[in-house]
Amino acid sequence: MTSFPILAAREGFHVPGAESFYREPFIDLHVFGLNLGINRTVVVLFLASLLTLGVLALGFRNPKLVPRGIQNVAEFIVDFVRDKVIMPTMGKKGLPYLPFLTTLFLFVLFCNWFGVIPGLNFSATSRIGIPLALSICTWFVFVIAGIRTHGGFGYLKAALVPSGVPVPILLLLVPIEFLTVFILRPLTLTIRLTANMIAGHMLLTMFFLGTAYLLERGSTAAFGVGSLIMGTAFIGFEIFVGALQAFIFAILTAVYIQSSLQEAH
Amino acid sequence: MIPLLAEISGNINAIAFGIATLGPGIGLGLLIGKTVESIARQPEAQGALTSQMYIGIAFIEILALLGIIVGFLFS
Repeated sequence: MTSFPILAAREGFHVPGAESFYREPFIDLHVFGLNLGINRTVVVLFLASLLTLGVLALGFRNPKLVPRGIQNVAEFIVDFVRDKVIMPTMGKKGLPYLPFLTTLFLFVLFCNWFGVIPGLNFSATSRIGIPLALSICTWFVFVIAGIRTHGGFGYLKAALVPSGVPVPILLLLVPIEFLTVFILRPLTLTIRLTANMIAGHMLLTMFFLGTAYLLERGSTAAFGVGSLIMGTAFIGFEIFVGALQAFIFAILTAVYIQSSLQEAH
Repeated sequence: MIPLLAEISGNINAIAFGIATLGPGIGLGLLIGKTVESIARQPEAQGALTSQMYIGIAFIEILALLGIIVGFLFS
């Protein structure tokens, strides 16, 4: 049968899909068959790295007892990571991981927030490569922490073999634990960050493209204003989500390191 | 034969994602509700409880996010 007129009226609207995450490079660069072109993701990545480096290096270049200027910001971030990420999960023995976690938190935060900066409007973490690279770093950190605490076989035993379980159940439990600890942990870290950023980007794209489309057609302009208001509200929501996801990435890394550091469970 | 009154067109992944959000929605409600209840009983434990809540949220929300990823994978 025929579809409703309101659906038919919508046919001219091009719904944004996965293709809005592929950007043509401005500068084509091929080295040994690797595509090293500079596109918007890479620009955002460079800017986020520079900002992370800038805040931390400028903040602590010449530290004073009474902080002024950018040292305030840097100290606030380090304090936040120490008090809200490390202390509730690892306690005092996690303090050696403070530099790693601070850098990770700050870099993910800046990558996320570029999704709402006008002109760039693209968070580098919405492409799966960057969260994947960060998760692999995390994987190496918690595996090496475990090996340093327990030794190679000791760490495998502590991570995979729960104490007080009869042998037949171990046959079932050890593969599941292996899958959870060594494969699903980095994979879920990656997917959590990427999917959040993809969803946020799609939401903003949808609302603002919808605004433009509805305002053009005159008779639907009232809905266009509603769409504009919702889109603007979701920019605020995206700022919140970006900060929350950076925090969650850091705190889960802390939880994983803690599970490597603790005695056999 | 029953006549077809209306048809919808579009992406069936949207329905899949809608179903995928049901479980995590219930889970988040339970988790956050229990945390608020605990904080009301023992306000001085707020810091520790909030951190634990965020860790729990991270594990629950991955289920809904897998729904998004599956939608992109099979579209």
